[in-house]
Parts: sequence; C-alpha cells; structure tokens
Amino acid sequence: MIVSIKFQTLAVAMAAALAGASHAASKINLVTSTQDLAALAREVGGDKVNVESIAMGYQDPHFVEPKPSFVLKLQKADLLAVVGLQLEIGWLPPLQTQSRNAKIQVGGTGYMDMSQYCQILEIPTGQVTRAMGDVHPLGNPHYWLDPNNGRRIAKAFADKLSQLDAADGAYFAGRYADLDQRLTAAEKGWVAKMAPYRGRKVITYHRSWPNFCERFGLEVVDYVEPRPGIPPTPSHTLEVINIMKREGIKLILVEPYFDLRTPNSIARAVGGEVAQLMPSVGGVKEITNYFQLFDYDINILVNLFQKVK
Amino acid sequence: MRISLFVPALLGLLAAQLPAQDTSELLNRMKAMEDRIKALEAEVQALKGQAAPAAAAAPAAVAATPVAPAPSIPQEPQRVNLGGAGPAAAKVLNPDISAIGDFIGAAGYGANRKIPALEMHESELAFQEVIDPYARADFFISFGEHGVDLEEGFLTFTALPAGLQLKVGKMRAAFGKVNTLHNHVLPWADRPLVSQNLVGGEDGIDDAGLSLSRILPAPKGIFLEGVAQVYRGDSTNVFQADKRTDVSTIGHLHAYHDFSESTNFDVGGSYARGHSPFGDGTNQLYGADLTLRWKPLRRAIYHSFVGRSELVWARTTVTLPSLPFPRAATTKPFGYYVSGDYQFGRRWFFGARFDRSQRGACLPTNPDTTPCDTPIPSTRLLQDTGGSLVLTYWPSEFSQIRGQLRRTRYGEGLTANELIFQFMFSMGAHGAHPF
Repeated sequence: MIVSIKFQTLAVAMAAALAGASHAASKINLVTSTQDLAALAREVGGDKVNVESIAMGYQDPHFVEPKPSFVLKLQKADLLAVVGLQLEIGWLPPLQTQSRNAKIQVGGTGYMDMSQYCQILEIPTGQVTRAMGDVHPLGNPHYWLDPNNGRRIAKAFADKLSQLDAADGAYFAGRYADLDQRLTAAEKGWVAKMAPYRGRKVITYHRSWPNFCERFGLEVVDYVEPRPGIPPTPSHTLEVINIMKREGIKLILVEPYFDLRTPNSIARAVGGEVAQLMPSVGGVKEITNYFQLFDYDINILVNLFQKVK
Repeated sequence: MRISLFVPALLGLLAAQLPAQDTSELLNRMKAMEDRIKALEAEVQALKGQAAPAAAAAPAAVAATPVAPAPSIPQEPQRVNLGGAGPAAAKVLNPDISAIGDFIGAAGYGANRKIPALEMHESELAFQEVIDPYARADFFISFGEHGVDLEEGFLTFTALPAGLQLKVGKMRAAFGKVNTLHNHVLPWADRPLVSQNLVGGEDGIDDAGLSLSRILPAPKGIFLEGVAQVYRGDSTNVFQADKRTDVSTIGHLHAYHDFSESTNFDVGGSYARGHSPFGDGTNQLYGADLTLRWKPLRRAIYHSFVGRSELVWARTTVTLPSLPFPRAATTKPFGYYVSGDYQFGRRWFFGARFDRSQRGACLPTNPDTTPCDTPIPSTRLLQDTGGSLVLTYWPSEFSQIRGQLRRTRYGEGLTANELIFQFMFSMGAHGAHPF
C-alpha cells in the first residue's frame, strides 16, 4: 500500500512536470545529407523521428546548392547525419555554421558522420594530389551501396536514437532487429539474382559503385571519366572503347545526373548497353526505401546482362 | 483512499487541459515510467536478497528491464587497439589551409581606369578551423604584388541562444551582395561600376567590428535574416573615422524563397552610415539587391542561370572650399547593375552585365580615376555607363579561365574598350562560401 502510494505520488509529480511542458512533438528531428541515410533512419526510427533530407536522390550529392531554406531545416534539427569522407564538403559547412544550432556542429552531440561506422573502400595510399582529379582522400564515400554498410548505418542510428531517447530504446532496437532480418532475407535474394553474373566486368561513369560491385561480384575495369570530376575526353573515350572490345565488356553503369551522350556512343561502338542505375533512394519515384534501391538496380542489371550475353 | 481518489482526479484535470492526442500519449508514458520504477525496485530487492513484490511484474514496452528483456542491438566484437594515434595525428588539429591565385591581364584602351597589362592581381591565403565547441575562426589574407592585407579575419560564435550569431573581427560588410564576395567568387573579372564608384570597389566596406545576425520569424517557405553591424568606420573611399565616435553602422535584411526545387529568389535591403571621407559629415548608402537562380537538379552540373541586380543610392557629405569658409554639401549619386550568367556546358559559362553609375565629379573611386578636370571638389555628378560580355571555362572545380570584353563610357567623355583575361586556381581545402 505504502509502495503503491509512493509510485502514485511520483507518477503525479512526473505528470505535473510533463503537463507543464508545451505539447511540442516528442519526436526527434533528424536531418540527413542524402536520401539514403534518411531512408535507413526512417526504418529504424519509425514514428519516433521526423526525417528530412537535404539532397534529392536524383541529384549529384557532390554539388548541392547550400540554399538558405536548408538552414531552416537544420536550425530545428536534433541530429544531423552526413555521409562524410568530404562528399558534402562543397556545400554543407556554411549551412551548419548559419544554422545557429550548436548540437549539429562537427563534434556536437547531434552530429553523426556515418562513414565512421562503415567499411570504406578505395582509401588512397601513397601520394594523393589533385592531378588524380577530384579525388576523395579519405576513401570512397558511396559506401551505402553495400547492404552490409546499410546494416551498419541502421545500427548506428538505432544506438544514437536510443541515446537521445532512452525511453524508446527498446522500440529502436526492435525496429533495427526487424530491419536486419528483412535485409538479410532480401540480400540473399539479390545475391542469388546476381550470382550468374559474378565476375562480370563493367565500366562505370564515375567512381560511385565500388561497394556495390564488390558486394555483388562485378569487376569495374575503367571509367567514362578520365579522372574523377573530369568530363570524358575523345582520347580517353577511345581507350575505353578499346578496353571494352578487348575484354568483351558490354555494360556501362551511369548515374542519372550524368549526360548520356558519351556512354551511348561507347555502347554503340562495342555493341553494348548503358545501364542507368540509381545510386540513391529517390532517384526515381518508385524507389522509396533502401530495399527498393537494390531491387531496382539489380533488376536492371540482370535484364541487361541477359540481353547482352 | 483519499490519495487513490486524488490521483485520478488530478490526472483528469490535467488531461482536460491537453489535446486528446497528447493525453493518451502522456498517460502511456506515465504508465511506462511507473512500470519501470516497479521493475527497478524489484531488481534492488532481488539484489538485497529479498523477494520481489508481486506488483513488480516486468513491463513489455519499456527499455532494458531485467524481468522481460527487450530486444537488444547485437554489438560487433570490440578489438583492443594498443598505443595512441602516433605523432602524425597531431596535425589533425591544424587549420584547413588554402591558397587561391588570381592572375589578370588586360589589353586595349582603359581610359581613366587603367589596370596593368599583366598582374598577379591577388593571392588569397585562408586559414579556417573550429576553435572550440562555441566558435570557429576564418582568416583570409590577400597578397597583392605590392602589399599584404587582412581581407577578413573573424570569429563566429555558433552556439549563442535565441538563434543569434555573432561575428567579431575584420570582415566584408553585409551591404548588398557584391560587397560580401571575395574576388575569386565573382562571376566577372572586375566589380560593377556602382561598386567601384560608390562602395569602395574591390576593397569595399571591409572593416573591423562586430556583426550580429538572426533568422527572423517569417511565413512558411520564406527565409528571413536580419543583420546589424558596427565597424570602426574606416573603409577607403566610403567611410573615414577621424575619432572614436566615427563608427559606421550597417543593417541588412535578406529574404529568400524557393519557387521550386530548381528556382529561387533572393531579395535584400541594406543601409550603411558612417563618417564621410570627403567632408565633415556623414556618408549614407541605401542598397537593394535581387538575385534569381535556376538550377535543374537532375542536370545541375550542366545547366544553371543566375540573374543579379543591385541598386545603390548614396548621400555623401563633401566639403566645398567656398569663401569665406568651406561649407558642407551633399552629393546624391545613384548607380546600379544588371547581370545574367548562364551555364551552357559542364565547364562553360557565358555572362553579360550592364552598368550605370554616377559619381561625384572629383571624388576618388577604386580603381582610381584620374583627377577631375577641375581640381575643386563639387557636388557635380558624372555618369559612367558600361557593358561586359564574359566567357568562363572551368578546366576543373579548382581552376578557371575567363575572358571579358568590357566597354565603358566614362562621364568625362572617354570610352574604354578592353579585353580582360583572368586565370584563377585553388590549392588546399578552401571552405565553401555562403550562398
């Protein structure tokens, strides 16, 4: 009886404190730099988070305009999640500074660099200079295109959200466990679909696909860009055509924000095909979550590999 | 008994004051907390070796209770790393350092405002870093062929309450748009005539002081920012501080709106006031700026358009050497420019600009005008009109080559026809400038 009274008194005190607070949302405001991080955050956060992304899935994430309207989103954010590895270096820092939000500054309690949790490929060794093009000196930032990294990103979100909202920790853990299960099942399906094409060689436009290709067994032999960030040149285009003819390569993977004229002319010259793959959730309107991103891309690849065999 | 009646009554009273949706959530949270307290008490009792009370049944929906364990996130095994990061890691706290070179050449007849045939016009060295959890610092030092100048060096406090942001140091004033821009960010090889005549040209209103800004409440979809600045009051050809009280003040209000994901509009109003360098009185500047941007997201690296315009009205005190005593008078020059820049390829930009600006007949500009035909200052105004065509090629993000055909008819009746060419290159990690 006495214990029961104590609990009720404590509950009353807590109710008074909660009732005194404004009835603002108890949701965590999470802003991500890309739609992919947003999609994974929604999987884990469910209805306990408001998630917004700055870059759209169909735009080049290296070149996003740092518009003042994004400052309004960041001003209210409890958490900012970025891809890192200097992907956002050309546009995000002034937005962070102008946001007046101490939480989301680099090193703040609400700042997450997701690259810290993931397997990063193409970390340069030896001397790194801009003679190599617009090189990413810390490693390739397109790491979300490996479901294992997607899993790691989701886990990092679950851990962080649990830190920010301990009362819902079980909820986030449960949603992560569910995502893990679904992703494992889906991944088996993707690997099975791509299994007949394991070891196939491809050309890509930009260095956006190392994680994807490693996971699904494709070998990237060359790039349409002579160097990252440098548009195709006639001499390099001829080299790519020669490599493709010599090695029997028939497929060129291109992101939606690149011009298709050079890839199409290369494909015509070698009797191959251009695969316009989506590197991000939201790249086309039918890709609304992380799973659909791989469904979409793998379906295109499988169809084209069958066509060019 | 009374307590057991009191509690529901109080809850009912509180619930009546809250929206129905919040009440339900609030009660759920209270129930969860109550269950958690009971579970924790049970754990304590168990640790003390006593039987847990019957009421300490574990809840299903509460995080980390010992009685009904919630799903937990599997952790990857932790590896033990021995030793520190090594001496090379000490460099991670060094600031970001960059250098930007700006080489300019000119051919043709420059009339009153000659620029050299070939010149390493400016090299900008930047040091930028976070100072501590509360502030960051940005230093921009410009080296000309003949001198060094601190273009900007300021501390920005990023963690102030009430949405405020404070900058302290030397900085380019928030007057209009062009005045805030470093040379290497301009879409032209020069600055518009109105900037040269009335706003200090390349040096601009650039002074030591404090700047306080805040994002202001605005209707949804509008970004509204107010800036208030106070400076020492020294900016060549614009303000001159003869005594400590001759501080200059600048106010700027800036509104931004997205029409769509590709198109946006930016409009601003500015006011600057300080002690005139040409007489014992004030120099006041009123400015309006408009910027229209279009950049389709799916083709953002291939096509874009930026339209810009700025208008400036000046009210400048000049001392006229009249007899028996010099007297103060006010000149009222006005100037504006309109420009457009279109990206027609991944590396190619084409631009055009129209300039028209008045200036006081014998008042200096930047670049310098040759002395006026009558050596006595007056309130007479001259009007300069000009036009430019600009073609810019970007070999990469880190270098630009620009050619600008510029024709200027000066108020003295002289017409300049020039070809200006510019090479710019960037080394290191130069941070992005604000939009």
